[in-house]
Amino acid sequence: MNGNKNAPIFAVNNIQKSFADVPVLEDISLSVEQGNVVSIIGPSGSGKSTLLRCGTFLETADGGDILYNGEYAMKDGVYVDKAALRKFRSRFGLVFQNFNLFPHYSVLKNIAEPPMLQGVSREEAEDRAMGLLRKMGLEGRERAYPSQLSGGQQQRVAIARALAMNPEILFFDEPTSALDPELTGEVLKVIRQLAEEHMTMVVVTHEMPFAKAVSNRVIFMAGGVIVEQGDPLQVFDDPQEERTRQFLRVFEK
Amino acid sequence: MTFTAMVLKMSEGLGRTCAIFFLTLLFSLPLGMVIALLRMSKNRVIAGITRFIISVLRGTPLMLQLLAVTYGPYYLFGFNVPRNKLIPVVIAFAINYAAYFAEIYRGGIESISKGQYEAAEVLGYTKLQTFMRIILPQVMKRIMPSVTNEVVTLVKDTSMAFTVSYQEMFTIGKQIANSQTSFLPFVVAGIFYFVFNALVDYVMGLIEKRLDYYD
Ligand SMILES: Nc1ncnc2c1ncn2[C@@H]1O[C@H](COP(=O)(O)OP(=O)(O)OP(=O)(O)O)[C@@H](O)[C@H]1O
Ligand SMILES: [Mg+2]
Repeated sequence: MNGNKNAPIFAVNNIQKSFADVPVLEDISLSVEQGNVVSIIGPSGSGKSTLLRCGTFLETADGGDILYNGEYAMKDGVYVDKAALRKFRSRFGLVFQNFNLFPHYSVLKNIAEPPMLQGVSREEAEDRAMGLLRKMGLEGRERAYPSQLSGGQQQRVAIARALAMNPEILFFDEPTSALDPELTGEVLKVIRQLAEEHMTMVVVTHEMPFAKAVSNRVIFMAGGVIVEQGDPLQVFDDPQEERTRQFLRVFEK
Repeated sequence: MTFTAMVLKMSEGLGRTCAIFFLTLLFSLPLGMVIALLRMSKNRVIAGITRFIISVLRGTPLMLQLLAVTYGPYYLFGFNVPRNKLIPVVIAFAINYAAYFAEIYRGGIESISKGQYEAAEVLGYTKLQTFMRIILPQVMKRIMPSVTNEVVTLVKDTSMAFTVSYQEMFTIGKQIANSQTSFLPFVVAGIFYFVFNALVDYVMGLIEKRLDYYD
């Protein structure tokens, strides 16, 4: 691992992003320490996905810093060059709301090919994939194609695929929002298990009980800013801001 | 002329018909991809010019394009009309079909969700790896029915080569029909095309089946 040992695994400082002159992120700063789970909650359109997408370089931020292990991927709105950015990509994984598995690949190939393209041998990549499938409760499904799996199984394959790259941090963008309610549990269980193993994670979610139970810190975003953040018990049970209270009221009962 | 003699005579042109068919596919299938990629270029000038060229190729009769490629150089620059007309015929066919294939490819490529590109990017795939491994195989499967349509049309379109008197099967048939004042050669030609396309359907069916390993 490169970088400063004591630096947070992931940090953004004063990050800004506008779409067609409409600000979507306004001076967002946050950092994620090794082994922590940070949940991001907030109403639709508040910029949660945009924040994750900027952090994972899928969206180009307009200003601010992005750091991994204290190393700048972007500084004052200027990104490092393409080759360096590629190296940063190997430090994180991203799990999408709608899985984005490769439909023409078997489950095994979905998980094993990305590491192989980075130079890992087929044998090792497939061993790793099989181990991850076991961990995800999907042993025996390696020959299946994504369309033959339930949504919950597909999302677990997507998590295995991200983990196969040995990321230092995993980002989740509403990993259960595309699932039928009876399937969310199996995915949340897997994420919870990763939390227990001290995987560093940032999870955008609408699953409040889950966020409360699993996170070390909860961030409430609205209108492109962080309105409130803190210990989950505090944010959920004793929110300081009216905007937070308003938002959480919808999730009561 | 006996019926058998007629069929034999027309069969001699069948080789040329096949030559047009296979050479056109050989050149137009890849050329179509190049045109599709230019058409989707982020550079607006390149995309615009390509779009115009495609619309000309699709908006004017193939027959006219055949005449233009075969005789255009003679009228414009005084070049000799090539003795072997296969060359201009295949050039005209390949360019024309490439325009159609380009639009099919473009439709296929644009139908792949953005999420596939994003997943690949996050997983460290290069642009080329993403295209070759993730996008193209999915595009191929999706566009197979449209490609089959074009290939079937191509079989029939080879008969257009008669406009520049290239001695393929239909041109020979037409000449026999004229000299014998008989309709029979056209019936024979119809049967030839029908059998040819039955084979094409069979082969394309096999390819589609091979691509059918996932939903
Ligand atoms: N590519 C884009 N082009 C233009 N506007 C965009 C784009 N992506 C997001 N936006 C806008 O930015 C704002 C924030 O969107 P974002 O997807 O980050 O919200 P979110 O908090 O993830 O919402 P949700 O809970 O619905 O997923 C929204 O107003 C959205 O319309
Ligand atoms: Mg979102």
